[in-house]
Amino acid sequence: MSQTKLNIVQSTFVPLQVENIDTDQIIPARFLKATTRDGFGENLFRDWRYENDNSNLPKQDFVLNNPIYTGSILVAAKNFGCGSSREHAAWAIKDYGFNVVISSFFADIFKNNALNNGLLPITVSESFLQQIFALTPSDELLVDLSAQTITIISTNASEQFEISAYKKTCLLNGYDDIDYLLSIKDNILQFEQNR
Amino acid sequence: MTEQDLTIKRNDTQTGLTLFSKIWNKHVVQQIDNGPTVFYIDTHFIHEVTSPQAFIGLNARGIKLLRPKQTIATADHNVPTLNQHLPIQEALSKKQVDALIKNCAEHQVELYGLGHRYQGIVHVIGPELGITQPGNTIVCGDSHTSTHGAFGAIAFGIGTSEVEMVMATQCLLQTKPKQMRITINGKLNKGVLSKDIVLYVLSKISASGATGYAVEFAGTTIQALSMEARMTICNMSIEMGGRCGLIAPDETTFAYIKGKEFAPTNEAWDKKLAYWKTLFSDDTAVFEKEYTFNAEDIEPMITYGTNPGMGISVTENIPTNTTVNQTDKSGLAASLQYMGLTEGSAIKGQKIDYVFIGSCTNSRIEDLRLVADFVKGKQKAPDVEVWIVPGSKLVEQQAIAEGIDKVLLNAGFSLRQPGCSACLGMNEDKIPAGKYCVSTSNRNFEGRQGAGARTFLASPLMAAAAAITGVVTDVRELLN
Ligand code: SF4
Repeated sequence: MSQTKLNIVQSTFVPLQVENIDTDQIIPARFLKATTRDGFGENLFRDWRYENDNSNLPKQDFVLNNPIYTGSILVAAKNFGCGSSREHAAWAIKDYGFNVVISSFFADIFKNNALNNGLLPITVSESFLQQIFALTPSDELLVDLSAQTITIISTNASEQFEISAYKKTCLLNGYDDIDYLLSIKDNILQFEQNR
Repeated sequence: MTEQDLTIKRNDTQTGLTLFSKIWNKHVVQQIDNGPTVFYIDTHFIHEVTSPQAFIGLNARGIKLLRPKQTIATADHNVPTLNQHLPIQEALSKKQVDALIKNCAEHQVELYGLGHRYQGIVHVIGPELGITQPGNTIVCGDSHTSTHGAFGAIAFGIGTSEVEMVMATQCLLQTKPKQMRITINGKLNKGVLSKDIVLYVLSKISASGATGYAVEFAGTTIQALSMEARMTICNMSIEMGGRCGLIAPDETTFAYIKGKEFAPTNEAWDKKLAYWKTLFSDDTAVFEKEYTFNAEDIEPMITYGTNPGMGISVTENIPTNTTVNQTDKSGLAASLQYMGLTEGSAIKGQKIDYVFIGSCTNSRIEDLRLVADFVKGKQKAPDVEVWIVPGSKLVEQQAIAEGIDKVLLNAGFSLRQPGCSACLGMNEDKIPAGKYCVSTSNRNFEGRQGAGARTFLASPLMAAAAAITGVVTDVRELLN
């Protein structure tokens, strides 16, 4: 699906101070039998968010259930997205309403799946991550994709982040890989002709 | 085993090319600066579980498949293996199969669905119909797509966004993987099958030993194998972490393909054949990593743990914390606890409850012939439940034509209908919690065959032997 363009994101954030969050925690396997990509946000962090499957009783101590935390940026501790390769994990985070995930380390496959779905994973240093976790719920972060910087508005602390030139172009233009490939369709047809 | 790590930078102009590079180079549409390669896909297989979201994506973009004729669909993961003529009972499975039927009709994709004479497990039907051919690039939203590499093809599993990508553009964005060669030389011992070879290699290099590599299998042992046996090995290259597995095509490959439904004929055959004969790794080709094994060292294998690298010869004892390899050390205790086994004890003689002979690893006609030959004149152990599930309709038909179903019946077994079945337990065929199953499939992960199920991976002969005795058995003791 074509993505919304992403460049500047200024928002409060939801801090999830847990290391090694695996894709089974992000979206448990029993919620994968759907035939669409939508609606996975409902079951994002299902087992942390709700008491059990039958009642939709929220667990009060979980950060997504705490109304003081808002915004389109999710901040998680080290090694986010490890485990199975299910793309549903990225779908669920995006579907819930996040555009950016920040951590000090991402599992490779998750990172790719996120980028393929218009979700920007930003790897920051461990010390910058701790600075973010130390902020208050009303503090805002500023992500500038063109400049590849992330800034804490209140302290003006800032850090550069890495992203491949190709993926950056895709996100800035709201392209996904399919849009890119469709844009070079003539080359593909030419290739087929010449073989 | 010998191991060589060649970190020399490969320079394709000075050294020869590997089989993988020869095929890769022919499929590069273009190279993105500072980015991945636009990589052309010849054949795309789809099934009911990983395709629905991709079709929705296409519909949302308002586009159709670029090359619908290069896509082949089947229903396999969810389907029942009994009474396939009746409506599917399980509601979610039915929904996925129905969505596939509707999507294929709307998009003019050939569907070998339930009731079709070509229906079967996606990695069984491609080869047996002659769709899988040397030099091709083949993908499917299923990790065991590596199976098709046995024909000298680049074949690998993809995610759902990539399924949509191939549907829309017949291309993928790929980064070229590193390359590894695993050479096995010598003559196989009695009672040892290609499944034992791959479980043996896995036990030596571990379930992550080939992570990130394209793996070529070579050597005199591999060359002497049938196509079915080669497919078993490439199938499980993914279990080593490999991106894909492949074997250079040879006379065995060409003879297998010739005359198959979608194989080229006449002049087209001659032309293809001339090309196929160029598909091998040049003598001067350099691999980033090489392993060499002796076939004589391999005995009938069985896994004891919860990853496919946790395998031993059936005569060995389960490792202890000091004898287990480095990779599995940290997971050993939890693994054995799940399996209900004790470190250092014998695996031979372990009581079992179920036997599953099937899956894209070992459900081809050759597997069923081996099993039938072996059980002829013997009787199934009374308290063991046995599921023999052919990989496809064609395998089922062939088995019936050869009287294999009768032999199985006389020994107390029955032949079910084609599908993935207990390989992943998405249909009704689940192993109950705590029960032991000797399985010819490819994964022994916790819960893979059903919540709490305990899986011993083994060859079809080892599985058949366990079905006769009711315990883990060294098949060689039952061979004359
Ligand atoms: S048989 Fe098992 S491994 Fe093979 S395609 Fe089916 S589910 Fe996957």
